[in-house]
Formats: sequence, structure tokens, C-alpha cells
Amino acid sequence: MPPLTAPKSGDALFASVDRVNAELFTLTYGAIVRQLLTDLEEVEEVNKQLDQMGYNIGTRLVDEFLAKSNVSRCVDFKETADVIAKLGFKMFLGVTATVTNWDAEGTSCSFVLEDNPLVDFVELPDTCQGLQYCNVLSGVIRGALEMVSMKTEVTWVRDMLRGDDAYEMRVKLIKQVPEEYPYKDDD
Amino acid sequence: MIGVGKAKQYANVLDKPLSRGRQEVSLSAFAFLFSELVQYNQTQVDNIAELERRLEDAGYAVGARVLELLCHREKGNRRETRLLGILSFIHSTVWKVLFGKVADSLEKGTEHEDEYMISEKELLVNRFISVPKDMGAFNCGAFVAGIVKGVLDNAGFPAVVTAHFVPIEGQQRPRTTILIKFAEEVLHREARLG
Repeated sequence: MPPLTAPKSGDALFASVDRVNAELFTLTYGAIVRQLLTDLEEVEEVNKQLDQMGYNIGTRLVDEFLAKSNVSRCVDFKETADVIAKLGFKMFLGVTATVTNWDAEGTSCSFVLEDNPLVDFVELPDTCQGLQYCNVLSGVIRGALEMVSMKTEVTWVRDMLRGDDAYEMRVKLIKQVPEEYPYKDDD
Repeated sequence: MIGVGKAKQYANVLDKPLSRGRQEVSLSAFAFLFSELVQYNQTQVDNIAELERRLEDAGYAVGARVLELLCHREKGNRRETRLLGILSFIHSTVWKVLFGKVADSLEKGTEHEDEYMISEKELLVNRFISVPKDMGAFNCGAFVAGIVKGVLDNAGFPAVVTAHFVPIEGQQRPRTTILIKFAEEVLHREARLG
């Protein structure tokens, strides 16, 4: 067995992965949103599709995160949230989030992003005011957490594209799904 | 609803200072996103040609914006007006900013006067892509072809741009060649300018 290593710091983690120019990422995301708006027409449908895309990404991305970050099992949801904010965001997007606004039970909190590589060059036109432009991110969080047995609900509460002073998403832990052997006998 | 009625951070996106373009995200983040783009578009089409057209369309939107951004930031608001100038702008400046390196080669087609090729041994978007056998010659490079077309079109050089796999001897993976076929009017104009 390889020796156990301490989790990397966010900066070290980001430095250790291959990177691309954020503008390519930003503009490609913009192209996706634009295609969805043309195809689906309803802003609400676009929000759903973006969330679904994020979910798909999250379910796959979590493997890479666990493989590269050396983090071990988190003891509670609080630790999980910290790991996502300090390491998860950093490893993939090169930015960190702040975890705040915990509720009394410790089951819901907010991620606040001041820097968000998705939204450079973006302005919501009047016709798209209901668009949750960054819905892909909340989908990613939901998908990734589901793969580590946590059912969550993720919603945006502040969005700079709508005139707020930061990006804030609310993550609510619905339940911890006990781990089960994933295959049934007849599969 | 939160946020409604509040003043925006910037009245206009153009008031926002332009980033210097040094920021990076992880390659995986891009690869995941790109894979979603391809998968989504697969659900919207029933043949390969249509899929490539849709990826090209997505790339076109990127190219149009990249041209504007880079002319402003890298070229002091000057835009190339000659054929070789714009090609080398794509091969060097655009490639460098988007993919972190200049393209492997820029060649003129030997058989046709109006054809040029930009080749890349391992195109960034194809790095984690393996095309299933039943999808034939499908190339995700169509997205990059779209970017090139977006830059050319908006700079006043209309062209048909396509992406192709070209096998290289002794290598397992083929390289990707972006084939640019300029519209007639472009060549006429070039000839007039001498």
C-alpha cells in the first residue's frame, strides 16, 4: 500500500493539475448557455438543463477529486463543506469559496464566491432575467455529494448577474444515504 | 426576490475592467464541460454531420468573441486585414491564448490556392476523447473549426472551416487538421491588394 499522505493545500493542488486559460472555459460555457436558450426557449428549462449538466459533471468529477486531493473521509457535513470550499473549488476553478451562514443543526450552509470564472463577459439581457446562469455549479455540488452518499438541495440565493454583491449558493443536506453494496443479485 | 431593485455592481458589463487573461481553471473542468456540450448536442441530432455543425456553431460563438477580445487586448485595437496576417494571428495569438501554445503548423494547401491548414498533434479538445467506431470520422475538433471560422468571418474573411483526423506514421493517435477554404471574394480582394 502506498504511504498515507496528508491532504494537499488548495494552492498545491491547483498547481499540480493541468490547467487551461479561464477565458476558453468561460466562453465555452457561454456558448453552451446560448445554445440551450436557442433550443429550449423557456428560461426555466435552461435552468433545469444546466443543473442536469452540472449533476452529470459532479458525479464524475468527485472521483478525480478524491484521487488527487488525498483527503480522507470527512467526519461531518461541516468538514465536507470546508473541503469543498477550500480544495474542491480551488482544484477545478482555481478560486476558493467561503462557508458561512450555518443553521443551528449544522445541515445547511452557504458557499460564497467572490470570484467566479463562469461569468466574465456576461450580462443578462432583460429577456433572461430568470436565468440561473451559474446553475451548472450548483448541479456539480449536488452530483458530487450524491456520489459520497449525501443527498443535498442546492439553490442560488445571491447572484451578481442579478445585481447582488456576491455569488452565494445554499447547500442543504437532506439525508445521508447509508452505503450499500451497489449491485443487486439479478443485475 | 433577492436582488431585484438593487443597483447592479456595474451598470454595464463594458464598465468592468477587462481581465488580463492570465486566470486559469483546471483542464479537467474544461474537459468535463466540453464533454457535456458534446453529449447534449448528441441528443439534439440524428447524424454526425449535424452534430459537427452544432459543435461548429458553438465554437463560432467563441471565435467571434475571441477576435474582439484579442484585437483589443493583444493588438492595441488593430485587426489584421490581409490573408496571411489573419492566419498567423489565429495560428499564434489565438492559439496561444486559448490553448497555451502556438499551433504545431500552418500550411498552404498544395492542390488548391484557397486552402490553408492548421495542424495540431494533440488538439486540446480531443485530448480525452475517443470516438466510438460507429461514429466514423466524427471529430470534436469541429468545435475548434468553429472558433477559427468565427474569428475569420468576423474579421471579414468568410471561409468554410472543417476539422479532420490525419493519421501520422508511427503514432497511435492521429493529428487533427483544421482545413480552411476561403470564399472566392477573399482571394479576389487579396489579388487586388497585391
